[in-house]
Amino acid sequence: MADSKKGWNAAFMALVYISLALTVLCMLVPFAWMLSASLKLSKDVFSFPIQWIPDSPRWENFKDIWTRIPLGMFIYNTAKLSVIVTVLQLLTSSFAAYAFSKLKFRGKHALFLGYIATIAIPWQAYMVPQFILMRSMGLNNTHLSIILLQAFSAFGVFLMRQFYQGIPDELCEAARIDGMNEYGIWAKIMLPLSKPALSTLTIFTFVSTWNDFLGPMIYLTKTELKTIQIGLRMFISQYSAEYGLIMAASVVSIIPVLIVFLAVQKYFVQGIATSGIKG
Amino acid sequence: MPKDHKPRLSKSVRHHLVAYSFIAPNFIGFAVFTLVPMAFAFVLAFVEWDGANPMAFVGLRNFDRLLHDAAFHKALWNTVVYTIGVVPLTMACALALAVLLNRKIAARNFLRTVFFFPYVASLVAVAAVWNFIFSPTLGPVNNLLNALTGIPFEELPRWAADKDWAMFTVVLFTVWKNMGYYMVIYLAGLQGVNPELHEAAHLDGANAWQRFWNVTIPQLAPATFFVLMILIINSFKVYDIFINLFAGADNQLNDTTRILVYQIYNTAFRSLDFGYSSAMAIVLFLIVLGITLVQFHGEKKYGQ
Repeated sequence: MADSKKGWNAAFMALVYISLALTVLCMLVPFAWMLSASLKLSKDVFSFPIQWIPDSPRWENFKDIWTRIPLGMFIYNTAKLSVIVTVLQLLTSSFAAYAFSKLKFRGKHALFLGYIATIAIPWQAYMVPQFILMRSMGLNNTHLSIILLQAFSAFGVFLMRQFYQGIPDELCEAARIDGMNEYGIWAKIMLPLSKPALSTLTIFTFVSTWNDFLGPMIYLTKTELKTIQIGLRMFISQYSAEYGLIMAASVVSIIPVLIVFLAVQKYFVQGIATSGIKG
Repeated sequence: MPKDHKPRLSKSVRHHLVAYSFIAPNFIGFAVFTLVPMAFAFVLAFVEWDGANPMAFVGLRNFDRLLHDAAFHKALWNTVVYTIGVVPLTMACALALAVLLNRKIAARNFLRTVFFFPYVASLVAVAAVWNFIFSPTLGPVNNLLNALTGIPFEELPRWAADKDWAMFTVVLFTVWKNMGYYMVIYLAGLQGVNPELHEAAHLDGANAWQRFWNVTIPQLAPATFFVLMILIINSFKVYDIFINLFAGADNQLNDTTRILVYQIYNTAFRSLDFGYSSAMAIVLFLIVLGITLVQFHGEKKYGQ
């Protein structure tokens, strides 16, 4: 009886590992192919069977792309926007979320409901009037437009507030009795405790700004303002047969996000593991 | 002396001022750049405007036009089909992965990273690689299918370029790209599942499958609600995935891949028909609102 149960368990775990391995393969193969193609001549990219490791890797691809398109400028623009938006988002969201979670004030529920309601309203439903508003303020074709567009999302407030709800009120009460003011409690108690939540919001905000496509497409029409997404797409449509170069530029566009992701994902996974997130 | 009362009152005022000062930085930006445009969208839906000449109030005419606009109907239909394809598949994959990763298995952190990574990776880049891999005659997928089955290239699916396979391709791509995100939300939800309940169910003789259905799933209701809400909304507001998988340099989509946001975008920024575009946007808004209300109701009934 115990043996057969053990057998079943082993078989089950084998199944788990096989399905996980297959999923991992599906997840990674496109990236492996991208990397491999980025080191080939365009004429060799599609040779079949696939030569995963090219005989003579063409490192020049990674040199040529910088001169073919202003890739460095695109990356600088995108990095600048992503960092500013993320910092603003973290500050204003965690600030507002503290009030929504730990303070009592008139209009709190109505205001929070208003925030929640707008999460459900797709940006695409008001992107046109928003563009008209920004244009009337002279903000089209400025990076400021993208910053203002991204930095005050209701989602951030919602996410942070959900985390703060899991932190016992008694902690704030005790600090208040000790004479700490609300700003102190936010800075010295809530922020350190919500590191996992902040990391989560960081990665989501950074990535969504880095990868934003439609926003920059609408607002940034001058080449020198363009972000990596729009720039890369411009490159792909201009040189559609330069397969090797397109893949090299793609690899380059992914690397910064990969670095940021690997850097904060420690906190990120920790945040999930230490039960920080609880709806 | 009224002094007794004054501090009490001012304390409450001060308390409120402090609370509002916490909200203000986010709320002001939010109000100006989100709430105002939202309100403006409702006004625009009832006018005719090209962005330069004075607006003309046209009442419900924009909505009347929508009723007879075949291209809009097609776009709406395509969006619904896409949503129906993406939502259940993503939820199932995300939940399955989360449950598997929630066990004590080897390389758990590595696996989490791998599953989440496509969500983080730049869309333009991964769409480019997908288009290469699924290229009808050059790509490794069709080459492999051809080598394995012997079916000639002309009879193999042309994936993104094939009107019968385009929707399948984009659904597959979306699930591949985004399921890691929803997996993380489920993983977070699973952390909140009380292990004592599992133990109790175990002692009562419930097997793993019964425990999953009767303990894990109900406890995951808030996470599921969240996932469902975000998934449907994200499917309805899709634009960039379609442009990057299907459109050429002119950013145009054809009849089989045209979606709602594409119509909104093109009507506004290409046809400069801002009023009509806003009427479409209101439709998008109402659809999402309807779904949200249903979900809120469901959440109240079954959640928590």
